[in-house]
Amino acid sequence: MANAALEHGAVEHGLSGVYEAPLFGAYSKKVGMWLFLASDSLTFGALLFAFSYNRISTQGWPTPFGKDSIANATIMTACLLSSSLTMVLGVFAAQRRDRAWTRNWLLATMVFGTAFIVLHGMEWSKLISEGLTLPGFPKPAGQAGEFAAVSAAVPQFPATFFGLTAMHMLHVTIGVIYLGVVAFRKWFLPVLGVIWIAGYFLIPSDNVFHYGIHALGLGLLVSAVILFLKPKDYDAHDVEVAGLYWHFVDLVWMFIFPLVYLMSTRI
Amino acid sequence: MATPASVHAHAPQGFIRRYIFSLDHKVIGLQYFFLALTAVFVGMFLSLLMRIHLIWPTAVLPLIGTIQPETYLSLLTMHGTIMVFFVLTTAPQGGFGNYFLPIQIGAPDMAFPVLNMLSFWTTFVGFVVIICAFFVTGGAPLHGWTGYAPLSALPSAGPGEQLGADLWITSIAIFCIASLMGALNFLTTTLDMRAKGMTLMRMPLTVWSWFITAILGLLAFGVLLSAGILLLMDRNLGTSFYVPLVVVNGVVLGHKGGSPLLWQHLFWFFGHPEVYIAILPGMGVTSQILSTFSRKPIFGYRAMVYAMLSIGFLGFMVWGHHMFMSGMSPYSAFAFSILTMCIGVPSAIKTFNWLGTMYKGRIRFQTPMLYAIGFVSLFVSGGLSGPFLAQPVLDIQLHDTYFVVGHFHLIMGVAAIFGIFAATYYWFPKMFGRMMNETLGKLHFFITLAGTYAIFMPMHYLGMAGQTRRYSQFTEVAYQTKLIPLQTFMTYAAFVTIAAQFIFVINLFWSMFKGPKASDNPWEATTLEWTTATPPPHDNFGGVTPVVNHGPYEYGVPGAARDYVMQTDPATAATH
Repeated sequence: MANAALEHGAVEHGLSGVYEAPLFGAYSKKVGMWLFLASDSLTFGALLFAFSYNRISTQGWPTPFGKDSIANATIMTACLLSSSLTMVLGVFAAQRRDRAWTRNWLLATMVFGTAFIVLHGMEWSKLISEGLTLPGFPKPAGQAGEFAAVSAAVPQFPATFFGLTAMHMLHVTIGVIYLGVVAFRKWFLPVLGVIWIAGYFLIPSDNVFHYGIHALGLGLLVSAVILFLKPKDYDAHDVEVAGLYWHFVDLVWMFIFPLVYLMSTRI
Repeated sequence: MATPASVHAHAPQGFIRRYIFSLDHKVIGLQYFFLALTAVFVGMFLSLLMRIHLIWPTAVLPLIGTIQPETYLSLLTMHGTIMVFFVLTTAPQGGFGNYFLPIQIGAPDMAFPVLNMLSFWTTFVGFVVIICAFFVTGGAPLHGWTGYAPLSALPSAGPGEQLGADLWITSIAIFCIASLMGALNFLTTTLDMRAKGMTLMRMPLTVWSWFITAILGLLAFGVLLSAGILLLMDRNLGTSFYVPLVVVNGVVLGHKGGSPLLWQHLFWFFGHPEVYIAILPGMGVTSQILSTFSRKPIFGYRAMVYAMLSIGFLGFMVWGHHMFMSGMSPYSAFAFSILTMCIGVPSAIKTFNWLGTMYKGRIRFQTPMLYAIGFVSLFVSGGLSGPFLAQPVLDIQLHDTYFVVGHFHLIMGVAAIFGIFAATYYWFPKMFGRMMNETLGKLHFFITLAGTYAIFMPMHYLGMAGQTRRYSQFTEVAYQTKLIPLQTFMTYAAFVTIAAQFIFVINLFWSMFKGPKASDNPWEATTLEWTTATPPPHDNFGGVTPVVNHGPYEYGVPGAARDYVMQTDPATAATH
């Protein structure tokens, strides 16, 4: 497939003499990722604005999170922060062309990311079972915990909580799949498929993730298409660009954690 | 490491890879162009039905029957949405931007060709989804192109607010993703793929306008995407982001605690930059054409660039002027008002420079030039009512009247469409290798210019007289009956103007196959697209990357052999 993209190989690596020097001294993929992040920060910005707007305009905003929720969220935060470190180490390894350690560090990053998702998912399930639900969803049977009261009194609370964290969780999931494709290429696809199918059968059908796990199926499809269209070996630049995305997702969590959790803590 | 000089990529041979799922930015540009051409006729047909309904509300139309008041609301919603998203955003940026941005900077293609293809096909899916809204139970949504909550958030609010509204929001969300992919591509291409010598201040103003439009798109569409997701949650998951406690038909709905103002903030944070997304490419192409056909350098190139940049920047600061009537603190209104009127300054600079470009030029009145002059005329006529609406005191009187409809149709609708027409007549020879018919082009121009003024100028009087927009049956309202003759006049003007558009379509398709063959540079212009073959080869410059030695608008340079110096001509002492 001789497409014009091949011709910009030179541009992407900033080596070409036939073009003007790139404006920010960066190759196309990196510029593209920075631009995507600029746009994505506006997307998250709008959600955070919606959260703040609701919080300010609602009297008696609930502060239901206790010690266990905060402890859990702190562990999640620690996972993400550690994953940023392993990501940086992975980029360094890629830059000195150390394939084995690039893979190891990316795998470590993926493990931390997956731990974050699993912890977050378990916390979601716990909150839902205690009654923190969106109005459109069925209420858990026989439970009338404190969170059920919160959902009834201030429906904005579960709406903003689930809206913000779901969007972020989706980004972390995309990030893990992205890193998996960069690190393992087509070998990652069967692993993703197994996790998808296993998750679907292992998670009970009254849990929201029984359906949410299909995001992995979609991710599998998109990854397969991308690997089919560009079956190339990913180099240090690709690892660095993936790292930009990963750090951005971590950074967003550093806004969500204080706003959604710490400021809604029962003191 | 492949260099463009040694790798001469050939066009794929299969029909599907060459014309359907093509990675070539030129084919994608044409796909966008024809998508917008389809959409503009759909949108125009809807406006025709609205004009008919306004003066003959009980008329029985063939196949359609009598237009009900709810149907009128559906018509205006779909007219606005299709026109704003699938015409004014798609044609100038997706169509001409895709085709000519890489050529004008001397690149073989966009930076991410696959992303470019995905961007078009995502847009296409968005268009299919929104057309589906006509055919589902309940029909198309009623809430206008602005989709104000709570009307848009409650499926029980009206017939079109059921599945139709969900499809509408889904279509907008798909369009947002497509535009983000497009904007990313435009920006990266402009930043990284300019030919040697094509410094930022040697880029044609069209490139600058697409570049700034892409920045606006990149920052604005992400916000609309979030707003749309929250609106879908409100509609389908029972949340209350935009919905306070409401009662519909005596039934208290389960929502509580939300605020319709939140939607308005998020929507207009996107919506106001969207206005500039529609008009900026028109400004770019107008500058290009005025300079070319006046045989003079553009007056104040740098001022033009800085004016566009400041329009883009200020465009993000003024969304509140759409909400003066929504319950806004007078202090906020004051700030939004001042910032809005500031936009008049760069706009006036641009107009002054356009007039300065034409002043004492040797003007060639060919069709592209006529349309560019028409753009300036409409930009001024539509723009002058802007400072009126920017003042809260006047806006309280004029808000949601035909004055506003006249204002934004002139400046954002018709002026932007004139930019598209100018671009079509100007670049048609390069795109299809043939010339368009001048006589038909001029006929089309004069009827369209007179027709659009006849439709939209009276709207200002209607608005000042207190006629409100979005109302379906004025003929039944006693105190409005004196205004009906004016509405009737506008409807007849619309008939003529719409008929004139078929002149354009006939000219377009006839010239595509039967027009006289075009030379490589029929307008004697200077920018890079006129240095290559007509139509351009697959990689734009036949395996070489041009080297740029001149600014984009060097006309009438003293001592030069011709009255224009191409950007790739050898450097001379007079080069700047």
